[in-house]
Amino acid sequence: MEGHLNLTLKIWRQKNASVAGKFETYQVSGISTDMSFLEMIDVLNNRLIEEGDDPVAFDHDCREGICGMCSMYINGRPHGPNRGVTTCQLHMRSFQDGETITVEPWRASAFPVIKDLVVNRSAFDRIIAAGGFVSVNTGNAQDANNLPIPKEDADDAFAAAACIGCGACVAACKNASAMLFTSAKISQLALLPQGKVEAAKRAEAMVAQMDEEGFGACSNTGACEAECPKGISLENIARMNREYFSATFSSK
Amino acid sequence: MAWLAKSFNSSLGKKLLMAITGLFLISFLIVHCGLNATIFLNDGGVAFNEGAEFMAHNPIIRTMEIVLFGGLLLHIFDGLRLWLDNKKKRPVAYAVIDGAANSKWYSRSMGLLGTLLLLFLIMHLKHFWYFSRLTNDLTESHTLYNEMQVVFQSPIVVIVYVLGCISLGYHLLHGFQSAFQTLGWNHPKYTPTIKAIGAIYSIVIAALFAAMPVAFYFNLIQ
Ligand code: HEM
Ligand code: SF4
Ligand code: FES
Repeated sequence: MEGHLNLTLKIWRQKNASVAGKFETYQVSGISTDMSFLEMIDVLNNRLIEEGDDPVAFDHDCREGICGMCSMYINGRPHGPNRGVTTCQLHMRSFQDGETITVEPWRASAFPVIKDLVVNRSAFDRIIAAGGFVSVNTGNAQDANNLPIPKEDADDAFAAAACIGCGACVAACKNASAMLFTSAKISQLALLPQGKVEAAKRAEAMVAQMDEEGFGACSNTGACEAECPKGISLENIARMNREYFSATFSSK
Repeated sequence: MAWLAKSFNSSLGKKLLMAITGLFLISFLIVHCGLNATIFLNDGGVAFNEGAEFMAHNPIIRTMEIVLFGGLLLHIFDGLRLWLDNKKKRPVAYAVIDGAANSKWYSRSMGLLGTLLLLFLIMHLKHFWYFSRLTNDLTESHTLYNEMQVVFQSPIVVIVYVLGCISLGYHLLHGFQSAFQTLGWNHPKYTPTIKAIGAIYSIVIAALFAAMPVAFYFNLIQ
């Protein structure tokens, strides 16, 4: 069949966090090259349900690359073979007929497996929460132009804020380090006047939480930046280092 | 000072210590390599022995030697600590890893390259530092230069030295620019220059050091 693939899937199956998992092998046929990777798993799951088997559990929500849920480690890379995309944006035309595809959950002690390919990424929420609040003026809203922000800073802050918390950076890193994520969250506020007030405390608290959650240190391999679907830059990690060490010497 | 200890014990702090000690070792290697490269003047070791003599008796240099050992030990201790710590963060390994798709192998192998360097360094210190500082074998008629000629007669030793230099080259190819990133120095104006200097430095230092045992072994210098 033109434009259709027959594939062998090796998928990690694990009932819950407390039992050991293992790979199961499945054959799928007649997969359209226009399908997304998630739709291909949907096809497999429909069949498993019809056969009375347990469908493969995986996280997904938006299916358009903005929610960051669809964590899958495909053929040795987070979100599969293409750069700058999430799994829901990965199309089956990126694979060859007859190929064997290995699908694993994110592997990190800070991201325990809940079931099959679903991992618990709430460690990220706790890092964000540790950042605390941003002081704002009460009373009448002031004129927006009262706070001049250089275009470059606004652009950099916006680029950092594009992080969708997907965890691909952690999954890609040999140390399961969350530096790219944490540095993006620190940067998006540190770059703007509104975030300057609590900048020192925020950097210290978020880094402390990141360590507490059990993410690794940074070896500057750059794997995170290469695999990030949102193109978050390593410049953010350098900025986090500056923010953190200046906070070490200046915070009270 | 508890705040300072806390900062240096964080994941970021451990890396900062790596970067500071690493850059210090990089600065030492310039002096070490520059002095040793005088053997290529092919003057029978006259310039080299003069330099070595000066290094052995200058009080500032001798003090720096202690600082150097301290820095090296800190770098090794912190490097091994990071390596072991980081390994624990992924208790279940991936079945398939396509590392080449997103990073350089040597950037992922700093712990391994460092350990090879450490093994090499132990042998290297035994050959020359131990000989010149802790034995009485160093004399007018048997200089450090003569000792190099003796040590580098063994093909095994020459091969191990060359492998040690290759490990050093790759360790620095990643380490040099990595240290600046760790220090927070990532900027479109400077980073390309830092990366270029790092690459040139790593290749030149590794090649010059590797050429020394090879030159002695093949009697290219007398
Ligand atoms: C003359 C010898 C050495 C020099 C010049 C040197 C230099 C450097 C530099 C500049 C870095 C980068 C720091 C950073 O990324 O911020 C580094 C990293 C590292 N070095 Fe060395 N090093 C030397 C020897 C060693 C030895 C003997 C070990 C032994 C274990 C070692 C282990 C490491 C490790 C593990 C890292 C990476 C840490 C990480 O990124 O997680 N190094 N080195
Ligand atoms: S930095 Fe990139 S890879 Fe990491 S969580 Fe954010 S979007 Fe995902
Ligand atoms: S399902 Fe939302 S990013 Fe993929």
